[in-house]
Amino acid sequence: MELQNLIYLFVGLSFALYIGIAIWARAGSTKEFYVAGGGVHPVLNGMATAADFLSAASFISLAGIISLKGSDGGAYLMGWTGGYVLLAMLLAPYLRKFGKFTVPDFVGDRYYSDLARTVAVVCVIFISFTYVAGQMRGVGIVFSRFLQVDINMGIYIGMGIVFVYAVLGGMKGVTYTQVAQYCVMLFAFTVPAIFLSLQVTESFLPQIGFGGTVAFEFDNGIKMIDSGNYLLHALDTSMTDLGFSAYTVSHDGTLNVFMLTAALMLGTAGLPHVIVRFFTTPTVRDARISAGWALMFLAIVYTQIPAVAGFARVNLLNNLQNVDYAKFVDGQIAGNDGAWFKNWENSGLIGWTDRNNDGKIQFGSGKAFEGQGKPIYINGNGSSGERMTSNSMPLHAKSAQEMRQNGEIINELYIDRDIIVLANPEIGGLPNWVIALMAAGGLAAALSTAAGLLLVISTSISHDLLGNVLMKDPVTGKSKLSEKAELLSARIAAVVAILVAGYLGIHPPGFVAQVVAFAFGLAAASFFPVIILGIFYKRMNKEGAIAGMLSGLIFTFGYIVYFVFMGGDKADYLWGIAPTGIGTIGMVLHFIVAIVVSKFTPAPPQEIQDLVENIRIPRGAGASHNH
Amino acid sequence: MNREVAEAYWKENISLILKLLVIWFIVSYGFGIIFLDELNAITFGGFKLGFWFAQQGAIYVFVVLVFVYAKKMEALEKKYDIHE
Repeated sequence: MELQNLIYLFVGLSFALYIGIAIWARAGSTKEFYVAGGGVHPVLNGMATAADFLSAASFISLAGIISLKGSDGGAYLMGWTGGYVLLAMLLAPYLRKFGKFTVPDFVGDRYYSDLARTVAVVCVIFISFTYVAGQMRGVGIVFSRFLQVDINMGIYIGMGIVFVYAVLGGMKGVTYTQVAQYCVMLFAFTVPAIFLSLQVTESFLPQIGFGGTVAFEFDNGIKMIDSGNYLLHALDTSMTDLGFSAYTVSHDGTLNVFMLTAALMLGTAGLPHVIVRFFTTPTVRDARISAGWALMFLAIVYTQIPAVAGFARVNLLNNLQNVDYAKFVDGQIAGNDGAWFKNWENSGLIGWTDRNNDGKIQFGSGKAFEGQGKPIYINGNGSSGERMTSNSMPLHAKSAQEMRQNGEIINELYIDRDIIVLANPEIGGLPNWVIALMAAGGLAAALSTAAGLLLVISTSISHDLLGNVLMKDPVTGKSKLSEKAELLSARIAAVVAILVAGYLGIHPPGFVAQVVAFAFGLAAASFFPVIILGIFYKRMNKEGAIAGMLSGLIFTFGYIVYFVFMGGDKADYLWGIAPTGIGTIGMVLHFIVAIVVSKFTPAPPQEIQDLVENIRIPRGAGASHNH
Repeated sequence: MNREVAEAYWKENISLILKLLVIWFIVSYGFGIIFLDELNAITFGGFKLGFWFAQQGAIYVFVVLVFVYAKKMEALEKKYDIHE
């Protein structure tokens, strides 16, 4: 079947499945809307958590980042998985026993303070919206490239789908849809990975092939690399030949990799949309096991990602280096059809400029285009048929032959790192149905995470802000909203959240990538410490908690804003720590401030100390949901 | 339930968590970051050991740690008779 039809078929079938599930799993009560009735089987909950967490960034961008950063990319892999160890041991079981619906619930109740609750709500909303903007961009990329519809149209369709199952189904609909989405993603990631592993290394498992030998010889631009070399060794040699740093050697420095890993880990353990997943299991024991399943389902994908990154690098060298552009994109080179290259060039995510006028593609370190390094297209085509750009780097006088003799390389190519995973099956010449599967997987990743986040936002607004702060009856301390009214307000909040997310997707703030550092940094500096202290330190009181949250937040927020958005000078970094890793310092600051302040202020009331003792003991978790 | 039982259970829980988190720290921050270069001197197959821990090994250990914790906690709760 034609590739385009296959893509419509796969994406259409997956969408029909999601909507079918949503109709089957409609939520009838607030409890079903917020925590799926608290009755999700731990294995299914693990799958849903994995789908929730595997965002467009993980599925689409992470292999590209690692293929660019090499060894230092390990920070993302360890960071995004290691956080689950902390979740399983330090947070999930106790929050499940606590047995309410949201993170602000815990913060507000444990610290007997509506101020603390409100600070928590603001954090939840800010963290979740920054995250959601990135998902919408992922939806847009997949739609514009694979379904050949306008990016904005793609976002409207995505909003419509999420609307159906998040607004109707609430947490219940989202959870069961995410189970299906995990299966789609797993299949969509693993099948191409296995194909590529067989092709590049002749080993079946990507995790093994990654440490195996390359099955073919290829030209890295400076010299031929024989088949039978270890893949990672071939990459190290090629990267250094081309003027990059070696693939398996760290160059960001131990301190920065450490800080980034820690910020991502602690941030993962503090992300509200992840934490809330553990409110949905029937028992405390299930919450712990469920974290294990979630991590296992994530590990299956995360251990393949670096392998795919390595295969992609080798395939790019093999298929692009010194290839004649016109013949390549016209499909005249046997076994190396460059139609994919032209498609991505048309969507603006690949750019080529023939700096040495030899009609062939060369790539290496350095920029091919001036300014940001991204091509700025103008009308018309160059002599090989490539799209014209206005910011090509200067021409190079020496011929490719001469440069090769001198061991020099120039860069003529721009490839957006976000397309590495999506383009991989096409680069490797895999069958059409594998490419179609990739499109469905990319959409599943973006939609599942977006839905989880939108739900957290709507719950925060209807339950925490409206129900527990604004509409609270001052006499009874209970919400004045009826169950029905709260459910309706949750649905309205979800609609508004979807519209805002759609707006952010259509008019993306120019800094989506940097903004992700925000989400993790703020989660690490705000929620992680305040929850840990609430469980493990009985003496922690509201004064300490509020002071800690605010100092962690303001410090981290200020640092990132100053260095990322206000053009702060790198030389002024605190101990040389980049903004991406600063959440770790914010977390330490939070702990110190909270403990010091609590020492000088009165102990929490007796009923709060009893509450802490109660959440430490598993027995009675089933009943605690029926408060 | 009496206080001593709850406190003894909590103590054992904390010491188990600390033990497992030491392993968690060593395989990721230790092997994958701090001693990366030293471990990279050791190779098996095409992998340098430090690089392998950072991009593969640490993740496998994490999975095992979480399941070990869940299993041990189940036994602990039976021992103190506070399971659900």
